[in-house]
Formats: sequence, structure tokens, C-alpha cells
Amino acid sequence: MAEKFFFLMFAVVAVGSALAVISLKNPVHSALSLIACLLQVAAIFVLLRSPFLAVVQVFIYVGAVMVLFLFVVLVLNIKKAQLETFPKGRRWFAYAIVPVVGIEFLAVIFGKSFTATGYEAAVEEVKVATLGRALFTEYLFPFEVVSILLLAAMVGAIIMAKKRWD
Amino acid sequence: MLLSYLPVLMMIGFVTFLGVAVLFVSSLLRPQNPYGSKLSPWECGMEPVGDADIGHFRVHFFIIAILFIIFDVETLFLFPWAVILADKSISTLAFIEMFIFIGILAVGLIYAWGKGALDWL
Repeated sequence: MAEKFFFLMFAVVAVGSALAVISLKNPVHSALSLIACLLQVAAIFVLLRSPFLAVVQVFIYVGAVMVLFLFVVLVLNIKKAQLETFPKGRRWFAYAIVPVVGIEFLAVIFGKSFTATGYEAAVEEVKVATLGRALFTEYLFPFEVVSILLLAAMVGAIIMAKKRWD
Repeated sequence: MLLSYLPVLMMIGFVTFLGVAVLFVSSLLRPQNPYGSKLSPWECGMEPVGDADIGHFRVHFFIIAILFIIFDVETLFLFPWAVILADKSISTLAFIEMFIFIGILAVGLIYAWGKGALDWL
């Protein structure tokens, strides 16, 4: 009961701040709203008994990804970005795609895939040791692939940015 | 179990409340008489020229932020690794695997260094 109250509190603030992200004109305000939204998602992860994921959410998203977003916003011209709205010609495309994605989400949520396969809510907290054991036994290969992925991201970012600073 | 996180939530709530309350109470108490020269930005006595928010920042900040994210993700993987190192049955394998992981990312760091991405111009 109390858990449901806390979930609703975090979910409402998350949806509200997500709406603020897309409706505020100033990109810095949007970025700050996104921080609020990601913090609520971290709180929901705690409610789902995954405290490690919650800390990672704050670490990576609020700590690192938002720093990147704010740097990109600062490199941009904020005055100009404020004046620019969504291009008129592409608006009909957005209006067309939103209901399709919305119906898709509702179909997944209310469809059988969530309930029939027996995903039960975790009762016990997921321990970091459990995660580590799974990572280094069952998911050893994907773990090593992650390092290649990160390497590719690093090299790609340097090559793209190098054109600008030369 | 979840109750142990309640103090964290209470602290966040209290700190947010305190921050808002300080701004609100001081807005009630302080004298308000703004005028032109008081509101203009002060730059060591110089007259300010142009705006600060038109993108004077270098693209270099972006590359530093990208490198920060990548090594942040690397440290995220170090946490579960450090916890299971006490387990004798998989510790040797995990130890070697993590050093391969760090080694691959070190290649990227050396690349960034070699390309001059770490130099501050």
C-alpha cells in the first residue's frame, strides 16, 4: 500500500518532468528537468528492489550523460536554439508516429507478454554479488563485447570532434 | 527492506524544502529596489560586450565529457567485479577477464592521447 503510494508519487513527478523536458523552450531548463526525471526513475528502481541499478542511474545518467548534454547545450547557441521550433514540414510526421508508438506501448503493457511468461516482481533485493556472478559466468562474452562497444564509441567521438578542433 | 531507503528520501525532501524555504523567506524579507546598473553583469569594471549564451564553448569540452562517460561505465563494471573477487571458484577468471576489459579500453585511452584529445589548447 505504502509502496503503491511512493510509486505513484515518483511516476507522476517523472511523467511531469518528462513533459517539461519537451515543452520548455530553453534547452538548459529542459536538461535540468531531465535530471529530475532521471532521479525519479532511480527511485523507481529502488522500489523494484534493484538498488545497484538505482545508483548506476544516478552515476551514469545524472552524473555523466547530463554533463555531456549540458556541454552540448553550451556549445550550441542557446539564443538561437530558443527561437527554433520543431520544423513545420516534419510536424505531420510526428503527429502520425505518436499514436502508432502509443498503441504499441499499450499493446505491450496490456498484452500477454508481460504476464504470461511469469515475470514476478522481485521480493528480495538483487545483490551486487549476484549481479557480479552472473556477469562473470553466464554473460562473460557480452561483458567483453561491451569493452569493444565503448572503444568504438570513444574512437568515433574523437574522429567526429577532431574535424572541429583542427 | 525498502524502509532502509526512507531516510535517503527524507533527506532529499528536507534539503529541497530547505532550499526553497530559504529563497522564499528571503524574498519576503529583503528590500527590493532594482535599477539598471545594479542588474547589469559586473566584469571587473569593464562594460560587458555581447551575450554569454551564444556558444563560446569549445567542442573540446564535449570530447572530455565523452571520455568521462566511457570511464564512468568502466568503473560501474568494477563494482560487481570487486564484490565477487572473494569467491575463490571464479575469482581467477574474473580477474583475468577484467584486465582484458581494462586493456581494451586502455587502447582507446592511448588513441585519444595520441590524437591529442587530452591536450588543452
